[in-house]
Amino acid sequence: MSEKKIIEERSLILNRRSFLGKTALGVGGVALASLLGANLFRKNKNGILTKDDSLEGVKGILNSLHHPAKIKRVIYLFQSGGPSQLELFDYKPLLNKRRGEDLPESIRNGQRLTGMTAGQDKFPLVGSLHNFSQHGKNGTYISDILPYTAKMVDELCIIKSMYTEAINHDPAVTFFQTGSQQPGRPSIGSWLSYGLGSENENLPAFTVLLSRGTGRPNGQPLYTRLWGNGFLHSLHQGVQFRAAKDPVLYLNDPKGITKEVKREMLDNLAELNDKHYQDSGDPEIKSRIVQYEMAYRMQTSVPNVMDTANEPDYIYEMYGPEAKIPGTYAANCLLARRLAEQDVRFIQLYHMGWDQHDNLPGAIAKQAKDVDQASAALVADLKQRGLLEDTLVIWGGEFGRTNYSQGLLTDTNYGRDHHPRSFTIWMAGGGVKPGIVYGETDDFGYNIVKDPVHVHDFQATMLHLLGIDHEKLTYKYQGRRFRLTDVEGHIVKDILT
Amino acid sequence: MLSHPVRKFFVRFPKRLYSILAFLPVLIAFGCNTGAQTSGTTDNADTNGRIPDKIDFTFHVKPILSDRCFKCHGPDKNAIEGGLSLNTAQDAYMALGKKKDHYAIVPGDIENSELVNRLFTTDESLLMPPPESNLTLTKYEKEILKKWIEQGAEYKEHWAFIAPEKPSIPKTNNTTWAQNEIDQFVLSQLEQNGLEPSKKASKEKMLRRVCFDLTGLPPSVEQINAFVNNDSPTAYEEIIDSLLNTVDYAENMSAEWMDIARYADTHGYQDDFERIMWPWRDWVIHAFKQNMPYDQFVTYQLAGDLLPNANAEQILATGFNRNHKITFEGGVIPEEYRIEYVEDRAVTFGTAFLGLTLECARCHDHKYDPISQKNHFELFSFFNNIDELGLTPGGAGKIPKPYMTITEKEKNGVLSFVQLQKSSMKEVPVMVMNEMEEIRPSYILNRGVYDQPTTQVYPNTPESILPFPEDYPKNRLGLAKWLFHEDNPLTARVTVNRFWQRMFGRGLVASSFDFGNQGSLPTHPELLDFLAIKLKEEGWDTRKILKYMALSATYQQSSKVSKKLQELDPENRLLARAPRLRLTAELIRDQALKISGLLNKEVGGPSVKPYQPAGIWEATTGGGGGSTATYITSTGKDLYRKSLYTFWKRTVPPPSMMTFDAASRDLCTVKRQETNTPLQALVLLNDPQIIEASRLIAKNAIDRNTEIIDQIKYIFKLATSRSPDEDELSMLNNYYTSMLQKVDEEGIDPQDYLSIGDYEIDESYSKKQLAALALTAHTILNLDETITRG
Repeated sequence: MSEKKIIEERSLILNRRSFLGKTALGVGGVALASLLGANLFRKNKNGILTKDDSLEGVKGILNSLHHPAKIKRVIYLFQSGGPSQLELFDYKPLLNKRRGEDLPESIRNGQRLTGMTAGQDKFPLVGSLHNFSQHGKNGTYISDILPYTAKMVDELCIIKSMYTEAINHDPAVTFFQTGSQQPGRPSIGSWLSYGLGSENENLPAFTVLLSRGTGRPNGQPLYTRLWGNGFLHSLHQGVQFRAAKDPVLYLNDPKGITKEVKREMLDNLAELNDKHYQDSGDPEIKSRIVQYEMAYRMQTSVPNVMDTANEPDYIYEMYGPEAKIPGTYAANCLLARRLAEQDVRFIQLYHMGWDQHDNLPGAIAKQAKDVDQASAALVADLKQRGLLEDTLVIWGGEFGRTNYSQGLLTDTNYGRDHHPRSFTIWMAGGGVKPGIVYGETDDFGYNIVKDPVHVHDFQATMLHLLGIDHEKLTYKYQGRRFRLTDVEGHIVKDILT
Repeated sequence: MLSHPVRKFFVRFPKRLYSILAFLPVLIAFGCNTGAQTSGTTDNADTNGRIPDKIDFTFHVKPILSDRCFKCHGPDKNAIEGGLSLNTAQDAYMALGKKKDHYAIVPGDIENSELVNRLFTTDESLLMPPPESNLTLTKYEKEILKKWIEQGAEYKEHWAFIAPEKPSIPKTNNTTWAQNEIDQFVLSQLEQNGLEPSKKASKEKMLRRVCFDLTGLPPSVEQINAFVNNDSPTAYEEIIDSLLNTVDYAENMSAEWMDIARYADTHGYQDDFERIMWPWRDWVIHAFKQNMPYDQFVTYQLAGDLLPNANAEQILATGFNRNHKITFEGGVIPEEYRIEYVEDRAVTFGTAFLGLTLECARCHDHKYDPISQKNHFELFSFFNNIDELGLTPGGAGKIPKPYMTITEKEKNGVLSFVQLQKSSMKEVPVMVMNEMEEIRPSYILNRGVYDQPTTQVYPNTPESILPFPEDYPKNRLGLAKWLFHEDNPLTARVTVNRFWQRMFGRGLVASSFDFGNQGSLPTHPELLDFLAIKLKEEGWDTRKILKYMALSATYQQSSKVSKKLQELDPENRLLARAPRLRLTAELIRDQALKISGLLNKEVGGPSVKPYQPAGIWEATTGGGGGSTATYITSTGKDLYRKSLYTFWKRTVPPPSMMTFDAASRDLCTVKRQETNTPLQALVLLNDPQIIEASRLIAKNAIDRNTEIIDQIKYIFKLATSRSPDEDELSMLNNYYTSMLQKVDEEGIDPQDYLSIGDYEIDESYSKKQLAALALTAHTILNLDETITRG
């Protein structure tokens, strides 16, 4: 804890004490014991969150985990747009050999096409223009445009056999994040906040960091519902941490007043609210007083965690020069580590720009450069701090890309369309086997031939690592018990330690 | 089919129902509701509750069967395990097994009822529900089912599917409290539970309540003073009448309708381009302003285009069915999304008008309610017949057909209420319904998937609710007629329940979106039916029914809650007090605008863009969004329009409103969450709109009063509709004095603090005084009482 923070904490406590002296509310103890969000709520007998009138505090809906957890938190490095597995991880020399030949119908085998290539006469196969080399103990092939990732390969569990049902961005990203292609359901982080609560008194359990890639700057957009709470209580929504004046929306005090003036306003407000509580008897007012205290604490804790000025040079060297530029992927990876240190449960990054329908070879090299060094650094940094053992880092997008060219195939250029049937993600950290490759695609890189992993399997496995049975973490809404994995999902046991 | 004995039981034996309802612990344990569309269910797990002497199927048994058994033993014939359905008596009493030698339920015979054995067995391989279902029954629930079988295992039809009949008005011991029939029903139940109603709310708070509920705005200080000083016995009624006749009322009713109609200013997927639907919103405001009867209001929206010689107004109203999300993502398979649009229309119809979860019968028969997959697609087929595309070619600015174009000509005709002159466009295209001549065939879709059609289906309605009359046209107009058919058991109940929800915070059926088996049971079933019938008898007159509710003594109670009552009935199911309700997202902002004098009361027209933190749209856009890529804040008076007119970008909705539980507008919503979070505190403390309003309020207070005490009193009353007491006044006055001192000590930079927001105050005011008073107002705007309608 920095000296500044200690002083602020102390002044806060003092203020609470002076406030306590004047009222019989006992809010001080409450605020000290409280966690942000979930613990202000407890479940009733329906398993529905209700306001905790007793203010004792329970973390999340689950009184105990379904089984021992391997990890406490997740950092999800979402590569938005659909990174091409064929240029990054899934080495397919056959595609170079048969370059320009039409995709055999026997391989496509009825796969539906997006509207963007459905009209093409031909589907010319195309192999990666970027070379692959073998790395690590097992000689795993990794693309040369991911040199830092390649060096980390012995830490990674690479899954080459991911598949999804959606073939377009909006439904596909929504599917990964909520378990349903259509909007309206809670996102992964919201489920975790709801189920497990927060380990940190001063930060939201679910934080979101966005960055924009150089590979396709005007790529597909994002939607705030991707970190929405759906039908869960809004305390479980993802809170975006931004590289902006207000790192969290509305966080900063208005200009023209000092922290002390603000504190005085809050004390005055609490006294008036408490008086009204005495008059009207509505416990909701008590809860509101506590929420204002939490807001006040966030005003200190969020800037503290966002302020990376004290990070030593060697850390910046690990993450790369962009780590000093707020809002970049590298800076967000560094922030992710800082949030992990603060025990934030679910840290969601989005890096946009992986949607290379055309000019893929050049664009993906740039895009890979955006993320390669910092992603690897994050894993290494967590490891050197002993955090990797109870953190899961996930790297991946919403689908893969076709093994044939979208648009004109030339000697130096091609594009690739969306491909749902096979793509690659990697994981690293607690509970998953390091240095393995799981699953396999055919020589065309089109179909999975071994160990397929569906999106719901991925979600079930993540929850399993956190100590949650994905079939048991449910929320009843409109008469139905919903869960992240809808009605599917199998744990991928072979990748677990 | 409707079964008369059952119906008679339900409505003709209120005393028996009361005796059930009188059992408070169990009643309260039913259907806990945290708000939003979370149905409470059957928590009978209150082990302190004794088992009732007479088990009632509707209140005690069915909630358990539905919630824990129906998933495998319910209405979905294809999902039935072990050949057993507990959905109807006939099915439940059937002989089971190959030899047909055993029974799940033998009425009156627990020994031979296998169900009982399966509930109480310790053998996990036999136990029901099975462990892998992750469902369990409490001891209490098991005992209920056992006793029910012991007492004859009587089944009754689902209460909501039996058409309401006029109940008799209950007699009460207290004969002076009731103002109208509502109170007789409420009081009778209170007396059964040994409770008394609360005393009347203060006149100030009563005025605040009715102003917010009807018009969405707080009363002015002058209105409060006039009302408090008016001793006429008809003063309150006159206020109600005058409020109901305002445009504010129409706008306030429209705000709720925007959630139901999932209105937005963008298409909602991927690039989320702008769309023009605000002329439809103008029509909604117009309709409420005219007090259009609800049946007509809904018929226009469902099927205005099919009315004989449909005029432009009737066609415009059908925009209701086109407010759903529409994709513009380049690569989608059009038919996949066209099916989604039709689904959305059908599901919205179910949620909004029938209070049913029709979406649950898309992939298979409904697990809980008697709605088959066939029923689902028959309803779907009503909405499947417009000439639309799943994907409209082109990008921003392309209008998905069918649409109508509103020009000066229409504006000068029946569409005079469309605020065309506020638009930069001379002609505005609005998406509407337009039935194709050749019917597009509809099919049951296997697992609900667009490219797996099976059996062809034709327009029809679920027989379990009300068979579709043969002489009705098999189109949306026929569907609207069916909805308002005299024997439709749901429409009036669902409607009046929603009105009750807006006046009392929660519906008589708390799950206002679900009147099915998994929904909450009515707390006051006879009152619900009484009101449903009244609504019909009054010609679906919305204003009349709202006025009737507002005139009840129940509505006029104080919201103050004693410790005892809070413990006994925390959710206020028995209505022994008025609820304290946090204002909605819209009302919190609108109140700040109103009491600061900033509110621009222009009605209708295109949406506007008030303050929003910089960079939110920009951070998520893909660069394609056209006019929705960059947020360009409105200027001048457009900053201060009511929140009803705030531009709604569906994929990035206004964050301050979302923080206060506004609906996302992705889907039809009839009930919002009501939460209390730290992010809400941050908005109220730091949103420039609140701070700008604070300094305007301070300025106005200074303009009207010379003494600081009077200035503070004025502000407090503006914000809370009452005068502060001595303690409050002294706290605020001390605070103000301290703030003056802080200016001197440079803890406050008045210049900076007073420059927040666009509105400029002339230089004649003392900055020190203005800043100190603005901070006082800022504090008052943050009071729980200020953002509450008590």
